[in-house]
Amino acid sequence: MTVVSPTAAPVSKAPARRDIGIKRRYAAERRFRAYGIAALAFGIVFLFLLLSTVFRNGYTAFQQTAITLPVTFSEQLIDPGGKRASDPSVLVSANYAAVLRDGIVAKLGVDPQSRADVRAANAMLSKGAPIQLRDMVVANPALIGQTVNVTVLADAQIDSANKGQIDLTVPESSRKVSDKQVGWMQQLTEAGAMSKQFNTGLFTSGNSSRPEAAGLGVALAGSLYLMLIVLALSLPIGVAASIYLEEFAPKNRLTDLIEVNINNLAAVPSIVYGLLGLAVFINFAGLPRSASLVGGLVLTLMTLPTIIIATRAALRAVPPSIRAAALGLGASKMQMVFHHVLPLAMPGILTGTIIGLAHALGETAPLLLIGMVAFVVDIPGTPMEPSTALPVQIYMWANEAERAFVERTSGAIIVLLLFLIVMNLGAILLRRRFERRW
Amino acid sequence: MSTSLILVCLLFAGAGAYALASSRALSLAGGRLSSLHSRPGYYGAYAAIAAMLPAVLVLAVWLAASPAVIESSVRGGFPQGGQAQSENLNYGMVSAIARGLPLLSAEDVAEVSANPAALRGKLALKGVALAGDPAPWMIESARTLNAKTGTSRLWMSLAVLALALAGAVYGLRAVAPRFRARNSVERVILWSLVAASSIAILTTIGIVLSMLTEAAHFFRSVPAWEFFFGTVWDPRFAGAGSASAGQFGLIPLLAGTLYIGFVAMLVAVPVGLFAAIYMAEYASPRIRSIAKPLLEVLAGIPTIVYGFFALATVGPFLRDISAEISGLATGNYTSFIQAQSVLTAGIVMGIMLIPYVSSLSDDIITAVPRALRDGSLGLGATQSETIKKVVLPAALPGIVGALLMTASRAIGETMIVVLAAGVAARMQLNPFEPMTTVTVKIVNQLTGDLEFTSPQTLVAFALGITLFAITLCLNIYALYIVRKYREQYE
Repeated sequence: MTVVSPTAAPVSKAPARRDIGIKRRYAAERRFRAYGIAALAFGIVFLFLLLSTVFRNGYTAFQQTAITLPVTFSEQLIDPGGKRASDPSVLVSANYAAVLRDGIVAKLGVDPQSRADVRAANAMLSKGAPIQLRDMVVANPALIGQTVNVTVLADAQIDSANKGQIDLTVPESSRKVSDKQVGWMQQLTEAGAMSKQFNTGLFTSGNSSRPEAAGLGVALAGSLYLMLIVLALSLPIGVAASIYLEEFAPKNRLTDLIEVNINNLAAVPSIVYGLLGLAVFINFAGLPRSASLVGGLVLTLMTLPTIIIATRAALRAVPPSIRAAALGLGASKMQMVFHHVLPLAMPGILTGTIIGLAHALGETAPLLLIGMVAFVVDIPGTPMEPSTALPVQIYMWANEAERAFVERTSGAIIVLLLFLIVMNLGAILLRRRFERRW
Repeated sequence: MSTSLILVCLLFAGAGAYALASSRALSLAGGRLSSLHSRPGYYGAYAAIAAMLPAVLVLAVWLAASPAVIESSVRGGFPQGGQAQSENLNYGMVSAIARGLPLLSAEDVAEVSANPAALRGKLALKGVALAGDPAPWMIESARTLNAKTGTSRLWMSLAVLALALAGAVYGLRAVAPRFRARNSVERVILWSLVAASSIAILTTIGIVLSMLTEAAHFFRSVPAWEFFFGTVWDPRFAGAGSASAGQFGLIPLLAGTLYIGFVAMLVAVPVGLFAAIYMAEYASPRIRSIAKPLLEVLAGIPTIVYGFFALATVGPFLRDISAEISGLATGNYTSFIQAQSVLTAGIVMGIMLIPYVSSLSDDIITAVPRALRDGSLGLGATQSETIKKVVLPAALPGIVGALLMTASRAIGETMIVVLAAGVAARMQLNPFEPMTTVTVKIVNQLTGDLEFTSPQTLVAFALGITLFAITLCLNIYALYIVRKYREQYE
């Protein structure tokens, strides 16, 4: 489509050329091409914007501010009556908040008489810290009467301030961290008592209404159960269904119906599967609400069409000569499929399965309907116990108002995206490594 | 015997039958394997199937049926004269007591028999909550229930194990050189393949039936035309025995769904189409190999991430920028775009949809035969003219199909709108205000405490079947268009 332009002729004698609007048409061509580039750029820019926003908000969630204090487990406070030998429940109900408060007051050198100062100092520690002390004492009552260095989590506000997320130029009255607390933070940091450490609690603790103590433990366990159930059910069922449809099914009304069905099921909104799970598995079959078993079943039904479509494509890609050779050597049709066609199609099937699983891992809406959006503190031991899942945890935290939960939410999204990246990379590698071109 | 223990026993029985039958086949062959009809493993598999399959089926049926049978026989022993409602409550108490009784120590049980009122406290200590104070007959019923469950379990174990044994013996006795073990085994495998593929149909039937029955419950308390043509959505709260059911008008939700979907398509269609055209017609293979996967990453990101992005970033950004704009224009710095709005949800959903539009249209555009382009270019058209006048018209049916599929995805999308569109069911045309969608209301009505009798809960199923019907129609129509188009060049 090169257009030959005439060499510049003398201006005076130029023959009258018909104006076919070359300039205008070329400008239109350039505009059109620019629109294409702009559209592509728009999509890619938004991709990076999304990822960078999440990363910028979230990478700090992997660190957590902790304060190390010498805590005196004074007998007067914990067990004034000296009854712990006869009645161990004294240790559970003792006033550990006071123990901790004395610790921070002593560490910061605050005047114990000034109630406001004591309160401000105490507010620097996580509200969950007294429970940590309780667990220490219950596990080891010999601690009573001793002074031990204990590392406790800082309050979420102090954590944000320590990470530089709170603008300290704002007037003191309109921010959550007072000047006094900022001073104490400097004092503690200089003394080496306050430091940022890797946030293991993010991966091990259950949900909590206190941002600094909230973790993904339950969600990770729930998502693990979900993935195991989906894998264990949808891979065999999906492969069996595809083998039947691709290799055995006669061409009739029924198989046509199944085909159309599968294509449509792949396009049904995921929330409809949630309604199905609620009505059939919970209401009709009486399975427990919030359990990852029900979630797994629902996600299995949702993933099956994806796996069936991928598996059928993989089976179709195996050339007919393989089948003919196997049959020619006397194999039965079943032997031909299971000994020859299926192994050759396996890489494609596994790739499709991983992609289906990755899709299921990020799915939220159906899990909301079957009650997996529950406040669960203890990591579930079996798939029958109440649980949440990674995307549902993100949803729950996204609805929390506190600034520190934005950080947690983004951190959880990073964890989720990392899982998805690993799964998709696995699928790509599998395809690169084992895929055959016939 | 617990169910899992029975299953383990069955596995052992199957493995034993397999080993015995295949070694028996080997010994019958006497060193000449060719005298057997099938390879020894098939005889083994036949015996294993004979041992396990009937037993597993009986186990499944028994497990599914026995609770209902036991329940009805225990209910038969209830004192007469109760209403159906209170009988259900009573049965709930009885089954809770039955669960709790084995947890109590012997002294506790003796004490409770003398004084039923103490039971509630004792069970609460063991983590079993009762709805009220139990009557003495309830404890009796609970005992009967436990006894019957125990008997049923015992008989089930015996029956299943006996059946497994009988099956194994039958499978072993069938081993003979002329026996066509392979054919029998393959027939079983074929039927299991058929069963697996029928799950797809069962799922559809399950979706339609479950939603239709629940929606029918709903339409019994709210007339269908009030739901489909009502213009006010005000479900109220599900109060116990409250007569005022509220108003369940679908129209505002549908309007919000379509409006947000429309905004999303306004973003997704031009961007996706132009990206697809550029990648298919202009881009060098190198750029294409980078840009296409990058765009497809957008499709792999879970929608909850988009929802959070809309809620935490796009919404506040639009709100602040609208405050700036109105400040510059009028001097009054108030934002006219709300953080949760049709615009926020629509834009973010549009970004999510870009890869669907672009990869579907990309496939369709590249499927247009080379000859059409060459003809047009040869006649002196520029590349963009070729695309606009030749390629796109040829690809149009396919692209329309792709857009319909994308639209159905926009209508069924949940998490973005739940987080970014708001919950106010209003009918208005201002894209800067929040509106709500069908999917948001399904989630709203079904999270929290559920009571499966109130219209407030059941309306979710009526909404669900509407959503299912709309997306199904869009998809079938899209599939029809795409299929019809494909035939043209093949």
